[in-house]
Amino acid sequence: MLIPCPWCGDREDAEFKYGGAADVAYPKDPGSVDDQAWAGYLFFRPNPKGRFPERWYHAAGCRRWFNLVRDTATHEIVT
Amino acid sequence: MRREGLAEPAQHPERLWRNPDPKPSYDVVIIGGGGHGLATAYYLARNHGLRNVAVLERGWLAGGNMARNTTIIRSNYLWDESAGIYEHSLKLWEGLKDDLDYDIQFSQRGVLNLAHSLPDVREGLRRVNANRLNGIDAEWLTPDQVKEFCPIVNLSAEIRYPVMGATLQRRGGIAKHDFVAWAYARKADELGVDMLQGCEVTGFDLQGDRVVGVRTSRGRIAAGKVALCAAGHSSVLASMVGVGLPIQSHPLQALVSELLEPILNCVVMSGAVHVYVSQAHKGELVMGAGIDPYNSYAQRGSPHVIEYQLAAALELFPVFSRVHVVRTWGGIVDVSPDASPILGLTPIENLFVNCGWGTGGFKATPGAGWVYAHTIANGAPHPLNAAFSLDRFTTGALIDEHGAAAVAH
Ligand SMILES: Cc1cc2nc3c(=O)[nH]c(=O)nc-3n(C[C@H](O)[C@H](O)[C@H](O)COP(=O)(O)OP(=O)(O)OC[C@H]3O[C@@H](n4cnc5c(N)ncnc54)[C@H](O)[C@@H]3O)c2cc1C
Ligand SMILES: [Zn+2]
Repeated sequence: MLIPCPWCGDREDAEFKYGGAADVAYPKDPGSVDDQAWAGYLFFRPNPKGRFPERWYHAAGCRRWFNLVRDTATHEIVT
Repeated sequence: MRREGLAEPAQHPERLWRNPDPKPSYDVVIIGGGGHGLATAYYLARNHGLRNVAVLERGWLAGGNMARNTTIIRSNYLWDESAGIYEHSLKLWEGLKDDLDYDIQFSQRGVLNLAHSLPDVREGLRRVNANRLNGIDAEWLTPDQVKEFCPIVNLSAEIRYPVMGATLQRRGGIAKHDFVAWAYARKADELGVDMLQGCEVTGFDLQGDRVVGVRTSRGRIAAGKVALCAAGHSSVLASMVGVGLPIQSHPLQALVSELLEPILNCVVMSGAVHVYVSQAHKGELVMGAGIDPYNSYAQRGSPHVIEYQLAAALELFPVFSRVHVVRTWGGIVDVSPDASPILGLTPIENLFVNCGWGTGGFKATPGAGWVYAHTIANGAPHPLNAAFSLDRFTTGALIDEHGAAAVAH
């Protein structure tokens, strides 16, 4: 699988570390968050069959993080 | 057919189960015809007298992870809750051939988990002690004893990660996965369960917060109760009714070699260097490693994962150096945050969930089927799966088996 690093271009996925779902935000006011919301933040992530916005880290290259959208059913890079 | 003058051709086996059309309604609909779905159906019928049951499988029976796993069976997990459910399963394996009246080729040849570092050694010893306290057979082997038990393991001090010892569960081993699925399917069929193949669930019918049926590629089916058993596709199904699961779906790959003379007498696993291997009854070496890191439903992974696992295998077993890889494949496994399964009720009434077995649910096929059937029949968990509830991720009562789950399995 070729991963398009915005800085280095298409590189083999062996060069990257995977960061999972994109846009998982730390709770704004952690002190006021209940157990349900904490569980959501810690353990529950989207797991779609299809388009998935996700994080990648070019560990053996430029060492920068970036997001992309990949189709988890086909491995096609969408954006 | 028979022709004069020709030897009689080998008999095609009798059909092991009927191939019925869906009935309009069932007491219990099980979604997913893998090992867990089939075992659940059998125990629903046998243990609880529920026979108006259907197993809905979108492909063919047991063509998912049940067809793709490396068949390692053991019960040497760390925590009491895991010991309970995995050991229950192992005990069922020990009687399964007679119970299902089918030689499933369960072979208790012993499972070694190698230690390659001081933390590995401490973790292994801790687990041996924990297992014994739970009445599970477990031994610690020194490197010399490893050599004695499995002579082809490389015990040289010169390798990158020398073997410093191993845990051994002698009652662990392997079984023939296809036979296990067929045996459960045949028995469930005999008891009246309908196996509906080519029947994909595409939605659910709800009345308020209660499930009353499923929509499928073969029409609507009404159901008293609905039981998810869809492994890697659990999130896809649960999301159709707005239930979130703490599951990520990943590829897990395995491979086989050509057929060889008997050379490896036990199962060898190494979490540290990422490989596990056994020799199947026919003679091929069966090997696997860890999951591919990214989410996927594509049933294939990256070649470098295979390359790393073969490098590790070669260092541990130099004798494999001229063996050929014949075939590699991938399955989609349902990985949970604490490497333990989720088995119990859901926020939707009459909808049950069994998932999160990830890389290691084959060994649990009989045990999970048993307690899941109990949970479905009674509308409440069996004592052995009570701790594996979905709400443990909110209460914080996790069952962290990352150590014992090792690379996988
Ligand atoms: C490479 C590999 C090696 C493994 N090695 C081991 C091992 O050594 N030891 C061990 O204990 N475990 C191992 N496992 C894990 C084990 O295979 C799984 O945990 C176990 O098989 C999961 O239960 P199952 O058999 O019911 O799953 P599956 O066989 O995957 O059954 C789920 C079924 O649900 C069906 N389904 C999905 N969506 C729908 C839908 N919408 N409608 C209808 N049907 C649907 C699928 O088609 C599938 O047949 C391994 C897995 C893999 C992939
Ligand atoms: Zn880069």
